[in-house]
Amino acid sequence: MNLASPQLALSLADLPVGGRAVVIAIDAPRDLARRLEALGFLPDTEVSCRRRAPFGDPRVYDLRGTQLCLRRAEAARIRVALR
Amino acid sequence: MSETSLPTRGPVRLGLIGSPNSGKTTLFNALTGLRARVGNYPGVTVERREGDARVGDARLRVIDLPGIYSLSPLSPDEAVVARVLGGEVAEVPPPDGIVLTVDATSLERSLLLVAEVLRLGRPVCLVLTMMDELRARGGQIDQARLADALGVPVVGVIGHRGLGLDALRRLLPHPERWSRPVLLPPSDPRERDGWLASVLARVLTRRPGPSRASEAVDRLVLHPVLGTLLFACVMVAFFQLIFAWARPAMDAVDHGVAAAGDAVRAALPAGLLSDFLVHAVIAGVGSVVVFLPQIVLLFTLLYLLEDLGYMARAAFVVDRLMGRIGLEGRAFVALLSSYACAVPGIMATRTIPSPRDRLVTILVAPLMTCSARLPVYALLIGAFVPAVPVWGFLGLQGLALLGLYVLGALAALGAATLLSRFLGRGEALPFYLELPPYRMPPARLVFSQVWGAARAFLRRAGTIILAVSIALWFLLSFPRPPASPALSPAEAASHALEASAAGRLGHALEPVIAPLGFDWKIGVGLVASLAAREVMVATLAQIYASEDGNTASLREAIRADRDPRTGQPVFTPAAVASLLVFFVFALQCTSTLATMWRETNSLRWPAFAFGYLLVLAWGGSFVTYRIVSAIAG
Repeated sequence: MNLASPQLALSLADLPVGGRAVVIAIDAPRDLARRLEALGFLPDTEVSCRRRAPFGDPRVYDLRGTQLCLRRAEAARIRVALR
Repeated sequence: MSETSLPTRGPVRLGLIGSPNSGKTTLFNALTGLRARVGNYPGVTVERREGDARVGDARLRVIDLPGIYSLSPLSPDEAVVARVLGGEVAEVPPPDGIVLTVDATSLERSLLLVAEVLRLGRPVCLVLTMMDELRARGGQIDQARLADALGVPVVGVIGHRGLGLDALRRLLPHPERWSRPVLLPPSDPRERDGWLASVLARVLTRRPGPSRASEAVDRLVLHPVLGTLLFACVMVAFFQLIFAWARPAMDAVDHGVAAAGDAVRAALPAGLLSDFLVHAVIAGVGSVVVFLPQIVLLFTLLYLLEDLGYMARAAFVVDRLMGRIGLEGRAFVALLSSYACAVPGIMATRTIPSPRDRLVTILVAPLMTCSARLPVYALLIGAFVPAVPVWGFLGLQGLALLGLYVLGALAALGAATLLSRFLGRGEALPFYLELPPYRMPPARLVFSQVWGAARAFLRRAGTIILAVSIALWFLLSFPRPPASPALSPAEAASHALEASAAGRLGHALEPVIAPLGFDWKIGVGLVASLAAREVMVATLAQIYASEDGNTASLREAIRADRDPRTGQPVFTPAAVASLLVFFVFALQCTSTLATMWRETNSLRWPAFAFGYLLVLAWGGSFVTYRIVSAIAG
């Protein structure tokens, strides 16, 4: 993994509520990666963090016309670039 | 002109698939009416629903497959879809055509599933649902261009208003004539992403904005503080309403059953036959059917919350709490469904992808207060807790009932914490949950779901419970002691009951249940309720009717019952509390055990669940009896 680029350090889990980003890639085992793709986390997809649950986790994300709720553990697998 | 009559050809088989919340079930109901056949797929217990429809001369068989996000399966539900479409399920031939429902407002997300389905190389017809919602949110899809880009027929519908259904019906009988893609979507991920982007750029002429109404409601419902508060209020109101609203209808059924018993008694000469019909058949089934209003109300609320979109929000609000006990928000939905009945609750765990989470949820589901406990709770609370208002609309009886629900829920949380530690951490499987826009479900949809649930309950009342009721009547009536003229009729009846097989069984149990404050009559009820919890009420009805020989309501009878030796009431406050606690914990339900067996594919887990819950029930009742005796005495 190339850690030189500052983009790589940001995961979806780091996106603040109200923040907008674009999916770069998914760093996860095959099954999880395929499922996250099926849920819409494909490269170049715009994502925004809509809100967090009581106690901060999970969070709701807006993407591809749907609202999806992910826990921190899964969101941390999704590399994004800020918009 | 119609074609010359072909030799009887089977119906055209159509597989209906789509993501969850894509309007698939609404479409299924619109096409097939309310005549779905419900069963299971062989080997697994994923629900199998098929319905027939007629279009002109053509017969259609619509197979409603479980909702999926992808054809590469993570959960048993998804595996079934892949296997049925691949023709790998022996009893379900592969469908002649695939009808794929896509929520028009989330076409951007669903197009990947569309690509996967097209790659199967089978006839596909795309149905765009929620077209009205798309328009309301300012979105626009060019259907002609979409059909062109995909190479398959595309029909836009508004399922609950029936718009677009005629066009769809004209297409459905002839999957062999549906246009097929010239070129399948690419399989290489990079090329596929390019394909998705280019198709979307061409057909999604305006992206839908966020649903303003849903957004406004969510600001309250998902608010960290207000949302949690609302969640608690919804749960409290849920139980108070079920308890209070169903009352008039239940009383009506009660009177009907009593009238039927009186009519039979009047028409037939007194004797064994009349006794059998009144006490075994009418009273047995009747005392279960009387709770139908409650069950209908419960399922109506449950399905309404689900179809409205609130259940997913509830799972979101409690996910952190569920995470603390090692489960996820979706387990909460399965557990909440177990409030209606553990059987659908256990079936609902199939949407949980992690096998370990699923097993833990299955094992604790019987602790959630199912509707079969309601008859027992209603009888005991109705008879022994005074109906006084406590605060606002909340009465003491409602509060007592709520307490039992809370006790069951806390026990489930505790058991889940221990079990998930005990069963080891499974491999981490993803948690994801879609929050669909709020939608008012069509009345027909709710009705068909509730009807299915009520029918299943009645079938149970009609088979297992009637069988148990009849068997019990024999146990309670035979062997008959020799007539003894020295005794009064009431004493003779009581004597006969104690001498019967059931009486002896109850007495044999007394050493085990006496520490819980139960007498032999409760022992008979507990044995009978192993078949199903609500049988307890039917059994007590039979015991008290056969003991007193009058038609006074069961509530009066158990309140008045006194131990013939000591003259003390049989149902002391401590014994009633102890019995209620026993019913909170014990797994007295053959249907649940059978479902567990099927779902886990092993007898080990139902045996384990039965054992640990019995220990919990005995221990809990023992402690309760001691404490309440000490306070009340």
